[in-house]
Formats: sequence, C-alpha cells, structure tokens
Amino acid sequence: MSKLDSMHAALIGQSVRRREDPRFLTGRGRYTDDVPMARLAHAAVLRSPYGHALIRSIDTSAALAMEGVIGVLTYADIAGKVGDIRPNWVIGDSIVPPHPPLASDRTRYVGEAVALVVANTRQQAADALEAIEVDYDVLPAVVDEEAALETGAPQLHANVPGNLIGTYKASGGDYAAAAAAAHKLVTVRLVNQRLIPSAIEPRAVRASYDALDERLTIHLPTQVPHMHRRWLAETLRWPEHRLRLVAPDIGGGFGSKMHLYAEEILVAFAARQFDRPVGWTETRSEAHMATTHGRAHVENVEAAVSRDGRVLGIKLRSVANMGAYLSNMATGIPTNNTVTFICGNYDIPAMDAEVRLVVTNTTPVDAYRGAGRPEASYIIERTMDAVAHELGMDPVELRRINLIRSHQFPYTPYGHPVLRWDSGNYEGCLESAVTAIDHAGWRKRQAELRTQGRYVGIAVTCYMEVVGMGNSRTLSARGFDRGGWESAQVRVHSDGKVTLFSGSMPQGHGHATTFAQIVGDALQLPMDHIDVVQGDTDRVPAGHGTFNSRSVAVGGSAAHTAARKVLDKAMKIAAAMLEAEPQTVDYAGGTFFVKDQPQRSVAFATVARTAYVANKLPAGMEAGLDETVFYEPRAMSAPHGAHAAVVEVDIETGEVQVLDYVAVDDVGVLINPMLCHGQMHGGIAQGIGQALYEGVDYDESGQLLTGTLLDYAVPKSDQLPRMRTSFQVTPSPTNPLGAKGIGEAGCVAAPTVIVGAVCDALSGFGITHIDMPLTPPKVWQAIRAGRSRAQARS
Amino acid sequence: MSLQRITTTVNEASVSAEVEPRTLLVHFLREQAGMTGTHVGCDTSQCGACTVRMDGRTVKSCTVLAVHAHAHRITTIEGLSSPDALTPLQQAFSDLHALQCGFCTPGMVFAAQALLDRVPDPTEAQVRDALHGNLCRCTGYQNIVDAVMLAARRIRDEAAPVASTLAGEVQ
Repeated sequence: MSKLDSMHAALIGQSVRRREDPRFLTGRGRYTDDVPMARLAHAAVLRSPYGHALIRSIDTSAALAMEGVIGVLTYADIAGKVGDIRPNWVIGDSIVPPHPPLASDRTRYVGEAVALVVANTRQQAADALEAIEVDYDVLPAVVDEEAALETGAPQLHANVPGNLIGTYKASGGDYAAAAAAAHKLVTVRLVNQRLIPSAIEPRAVRASYDALDERLTIHLPTQVPHMHRRWLAETLRWPEHRLRLVAPDIGGGFGSKMHLYAEEILVAFAARQFDRPVGWTETRSEAHMATTHGRAHVENVEAAVSRDGRVLGIKLRSVANMGAYLSNMATGIPTNNTVTFICGNYDIPAMDAEVRLVVTNTTPVDAYRGAGRPEASYIIERTMDAVAHELGMDPVELRRINLIRSHQFPYTPYGHPVLRWDSGNYEGCLESAVTAIDHAGWRKRQAELRTQGRYVGIAVTCYMEVVGMGNSRTLSARGFDRGGWESAQVRVHSDGKVTLFSGSMPQGHGHATTFAQIVGDALQLPMDHIDVVQGDTDRVPAGHGTFNSRSVAVGGSAAHTAARKVLDKAMKIAAAMLEAEPQTVDYAGGTFFVKDQPQRSVAFATVARTAYVANKLPAGMEAGLDETVFYEPRAMSAPHGAHAAVVEVDIETGEVQVLDYVAVDDVGVLINPMLCHGQMHGGIAQGIGQALYEGVDYDESGQLLTGTLLDYAVPKSDQLPRMRTSFQVTPSPTNPLGAKGIGEAGCVAAPTVIVGAVCDALSGFGITHIDMPLTPPKVWQAIRAGRSRAQARS
Repeated sequence: MSLQRITTTVNEASVSAEVEPRTLLVHFLREQAGMTGTHVGCDTSQCGACTVRMDGRTVKSCTVLAVHAHAHRITTIEGLSSPDALTPLQQAFSDLHALQCGFCTPGMVFAAQALLDRVPDPTEAQVRDALHGNLCRCTGYQNIVDAVMLAARRIRDEAAPVASTLAGEVQ
C-alpha cells in the first residue's frame, strides 16, 4: 500500500453495518413469492404418496373440469418437449439414471412430482390436485443405502444394476505398508445422518413468457442464477439468450437452492404452454419431501497408528445414499468433497478410500452447507478420539502430535500430485481454543462435578477444508461441468458513482455491504458511492454464483480486480487532463494529482465525466469507464480452525446442554468482521443442529416420517448456546484479498466437537461413540446399555 | 366456494376484500392487502415468520382465518416503522447484526417487541424463551438475543431522567 492510500479510511476490516438491514427489518425485502405479477396463475404439484410404485394410469379429466383450472401437465404432456434433469457433476464412471421432471411410469420416492396443476388461485390449484386419479401399483422399497446393495433388494432403475451408481477410489502414500507397520489398527463405524437444509424461505418460482420478444423471465431464489439459466435453457430446449433469470432476495439457501428442480422446469414450461404467468411456492412439507437432503453416508474407518500416537495411515470404506435420482452435484459430495479431507489437519502419510454411491427410494441428496467437509471432519476427528481412547492418550495431545506444522505450507497431503493446502497455522488455532475453553480447568472441574453426580464433557477438535471453487481446469479434471471463474463488472457512471455487477449471489450473506467495502477500498471512494447488483442475468453479464464459500475469495477478488482496472484507466485519463506523464500521477481518497505537486489535481468524478465526454482522452483510448473481468482463481484456499465445547449430560433424561462453545477460525483476511462472526454463528448452529437435534427418518416403505417442522427439529433460540467466536488471520496467497472463505466452516467443525464432548462426558459408562443426532432418548439408551454392560461385568 | 366480504384495518388503512372462508390471514395480508413483509415459512405454525399484531396482540397470522380479522386492526411489519425511522429494537438488530437473510426477521421483531412491551428488563433466558416460537436458520440466535437485550437497555435509558451514554455498548 502506498502512503497515499492512507488518505482513504480503509473499509476492508471494518464491521460496517449492513445496508440491507433497514429494508429487511421493515418488511421491504422482496423474495420470489413477493414479486407482483399481473394475471398470475398458481401451480400445485401432485406428489407420489408412495416410496416406490408403478403408475398404471393418470386421469386428469375431473381436475380439468374444475372451476379455475387452466391446465394439468403429466409426463405425457412433456414427453419429447422437455429434457431430463441431469447432474452436472458426474464423478468417474458413475451411471446416470434417467430423471424426467414428472414421473413417467414409476415413482421412486415420496414427494416425487407426478402432475402439475395450474389454476387461477392457489386454493383452486390445491383443490384440483385432489381430483386427479392415479392408479398406483405399490412396489417394495428400500431406503437404507447398505440394504440397497444387498442381493434381492428392490431395484430402482433398469440401468443401475444392484442400485450401485459407481464406486469411487482414491489413495495416496502406501496404506498397506502403514497398516503393516502399525502398532494398532483402530476402527470406527460412523453414520453421518440425512439432514434437511431447512432454509426458512421455501423454494419458489415465477415464470412469465413474453410472446412479443419470445422471452421467458423466471424469478427464482437461486444461488447460481447464470448456471440455473443454462440448465433451464438446456432442459426446456430454449435458447439461453431468450431466458432471463432474476434472483431477488433469498431467504437462506445453504446449498439447497443451487440445484435444478422439477418445479422450476415445469412452471417455466407451463407459462409458455398456457400463456399465463405462473407461480409456485413450496409448502414446508414439500420442502421436506422434494428439496434435496444432505449428508446420508455410512463410513467405516480404519486408522493405522504407532505406539507413540502417530497416525500413519487412514482407510475409508463408505456407502453414500444418493436418494432416488442423481441431483446436480450429488456424486461429487461423498467422493471428492469428503475423501479429499479425511486426513484433516494432520500429517498423515497414507490414505486409501473407497466410496460406493447408491440409489434408494428417498429424496435425492445433494450439497448442503459444508457438502462433504462436515462428513470428512467427522471421520477424522471421531477417529482421532477413538485412537486417543485406544492408546490411553489425551485427545488434545494426540492431535498436537499429528498436526501439520506451519512451516509445511503449502502442504501436499500424502504426496498428492495436485492437492495443496495454501496456508495456515493449525497449531495456533488449536492452542488458542484449548486456552480459551480452559481445557485444564474443565478437566479438574469435570472430576469434581462427577463426584456430585454431574456429567460434564469436554472436547477440542480441528478442521480444515478447501473452498473457493476454481479454477476451471482443476474443476474440469474432477468431472465438474462448470467453470470456476467469477465475473465482475465495475461501471463508473459519468457522475463518478459506481455500480458493481457481480456474478456472486447472496442468500443473506450481506454482499451488498461486503462487496461495496471491497470496491470502495480499491477505488478509495466512500461506500455510499458504490451500488452492488447481483442476481439478474440481464444485468450481470455472467457468473457462477455462491457456493463452496467462494463469494469473497473468488467473487470479491473479481470485483477487486475490475476496480483496479478501472483505476488504471482513470489514472491515464487523469494524467492527460493534468498534462502530466502517467507515472508522475498518483491517486488518493478520490483525487488524482501530480506527485509532489498536489495542487495539480483532478477529482475522480471529474475524470469519470471526461471518460464519457471523451474530449480529453489520451490518443487511441475508447470512451467510458467500465471494466469487466472474468477472474480465474489460481487455486482454492484452505480455511481451518479449532473448536472446543463443554457439555453437560443429564443422565436421568439423556438431555445435553452445551455449557460453553469456543471457535477459533482462520479464514484469511476478514472483510467485515461483524459479518464473519455472524457466519460462524449460523454455521455452528447448523452443526449443533446436526449433532443434537436433526435427522430424517423414513419407514421401510419409504414413507417420510419427518415430513414437517413438528417432526424435524430445527434448533430454536433456547436450544443453542452462546458461542465465543474469534479469528486468527493467515492471509491466503491464492487471491489478491488474502481471503479464504467462511460460509461453511461452522457446520464443518461443530458436529465433531459436540459429539466428542458428549462421549467424553459419558466415558464412565464405557461409551465411546453415539451416532447423531444425540437426542435425549438415544443418549439415555446408550447410558442404560452402558450400565447393563458394567453390571454384567461385575 | 362461496366468498365472504371482510373489512379490516391494516396498518391504519381500511382494506376490504372477498375471501374464501378458509383463507388464512397471512394469505389475505400478502395477496390482498399487499403486505408481503409477512412471510410464510411453514405449514404448522412452527416458524413464526408470519407474526403480526391483531388489535395490539401478537399472533401468528397462519393460525388466524382472514374472516376472523373482520373489523379488527392488524399491524404488519410495514406498519411498525419505515426504513428511515427504525424502532429502537430494529436499530439494535441492525447494530448487532441480528439478521442475515431477513426472512424470519419481521416475525422476530414482533415476537421480541411483544416481550419488551411486557418485560422491559428481560434476562437472556426470558429473551430466548420469548423467541421460542420463531425459527431462524442463519444467525444462531445469539445476535438476536443480544439485540433484544441492547434494545431493552436503550429503551430503559431513554425513559430514565438522566441521559446515559451508549458509547462502547455496540461491539
């Protein structure tokens, strides 16, 4: 930074209040279902009530005759006109089963779309659903991923023999040698239960067709507007340039709003077919059935360990439940996104993994906040606890022994040819968390409290992940059919005010504020001179959107780079206006001036005006002050941290209370610390939700038993603890901002630390592991079983 | 289905509309009164995103039939304040980053305001209890709880005869 930069008060690093807030706080947000539209018709979806059934016939005649009904679509109406829903991440040689947006001859999960009704009112559409007669022939179902692999299991798809989509293998180092040299082989079996993402805003879509210019406009809460446009264009067989996607405010996404869904295709198709704007808004029970679920893996882990606590190698054999069809990224999550991180923060020289991808009669599973990294963190951290237990070592000490050291960055896990963890200080985070939680103090208090009949547990865990998806070549090499760049257009208007058009897409992250801070700093202008536009494919030239915690590191870097380009051009114009050589001109706080002659100056706004009047431009320069970049990240970045928790278990009820929670995270440079703390809180809350409360249940026929928020426990205000979040900063060398990515870190770390602490509290009962969610009945049962075992021994 | 004409006062303005007897108040408010700040987040009254005031009492508008609102006075989030004149509670939400996506926020504001109207000096446990019927998926609730406590302090201080400084209060 030059000395002149200091004349502009830095915006990066400031906890600037969000400019979005007043609007949201007073009900002026605009979510998809709020978008006003004349002549709007309403769609409702008839869904399969069975986990697995043949469709003998569908009779829509009674529904069509009902008052207000505009039309009904079944598979017969869209066959040959609309394409299948296709995943755009197909790992290895995975088989892709056909997935039409409406079931053709068979339904494969409860909630699968069978027909779409369009009517004048929401109520009329709902009524008409009940008049559609479907003749089903119910088939045996399978919901468990391991059961689906057994001989004789019900078969879902003709082209998927044995329900096996594919087997992914990855290895590094020499695991067999590690196992042979090991003092012990420690094994654990883990279930990473199925979750419902549960954004509070349900999914929605509104589509209108303009026959005049033959354009479809679709309002959609999507994390990835431009990719969604491409997918919809392909599926609808409609040219991309005649499709406009508008993503207004989004009420949370957490990954679930980045996939292509049947309803979006059907509503868009219906808008043209029936020549009416059509809207559909999901009910909460539909969200539980028809919006993608997350996690759903079973993992068998083996760790080869030396006598002194070194983990020499780790082996994983897992089975991942894909649900009935392959959703967008599904095959990549339990494979690439999980396996890559199963060595966690530790210098483990060998890894051997095999993942079987399986279809079952359940809702499709896809990326959900963390998307593979919570599973990986759970695998390695539960294994570390098991190793510590087997060796009789302190779990924190064991972690210390195995950590990757700061001097090892950039770190290459198990000698991998491509993987690099960019930067970090794993020891620093661990020691800060240990100190902040007062680990030693709690260990003492734990023993004292035990004598009073109180069961307190303490755990400290580490995590790392790699985020900021890019670059395009790396992604492509892994079967990911998208680019990894992000676009930014910085347009300076003739009055010197600025609009950033960014391909990123917030769902509550506060980009309008953060990105204005980034551009404000690059141009040394006040934030209120900068507007941020996102989420409209007609306004933003291109983009990839928001997922994999890529917004700041990739989207923010794009904005920064575009702003710097604008400044370069402005500098040349200013030099011409000042009749000075460009290298003698400097810029600070909104003013260009000749070095050592500050009285020879011109304001940024005046330069902007000149750029458009174009009367004093250097020879050969085009008019305007407007730069677009497609920023391609060099590499991904590796946020990491250590979390610690103290819990108390009521052994009479099995209830778990979190007494203290500490998070020390290194996500690189913080743009807006206040928002970073908020992101951590939210992520940790979802992680605690997974650890203690949330889990999807199906019965054997594929009936969804957690079909509403009465049955599926999203944590409430009195169920979450106070969290003490703090940051250590190791800038990322991969991007100009030094940022890493924060959106998912909390939910990566929280499940492992909470389960670890609960098991620590109950170690006296011989309990080393309980599968999530650690609900009171499950914990109580584990305690009871532990007591029985103790009695049997005595 | 037969329609029924109802007339209500929504944010001080009279609104008259034909509704089906089964229409929920939340749908009437959103679709007929145009007050889209009242949100629908669930089918089972768990999430609280549709919370409004009816004759000064806080209700989840998905649990009230529109016909029951006939001749009653409804306040939605749009009627509580404007973006240029936030209430102390709303200001505290912004100051402490007590919202992210904003979808649950109107309901949170009503639930929290109802507590402050009743209990001017709430404990953290009381705040968490008062928000039990409102789900937020973004914030982990911590900043919401802190914002309610901060607003309570500010309101108390404003009511107190001696002005007190707020310096250092905001993190």
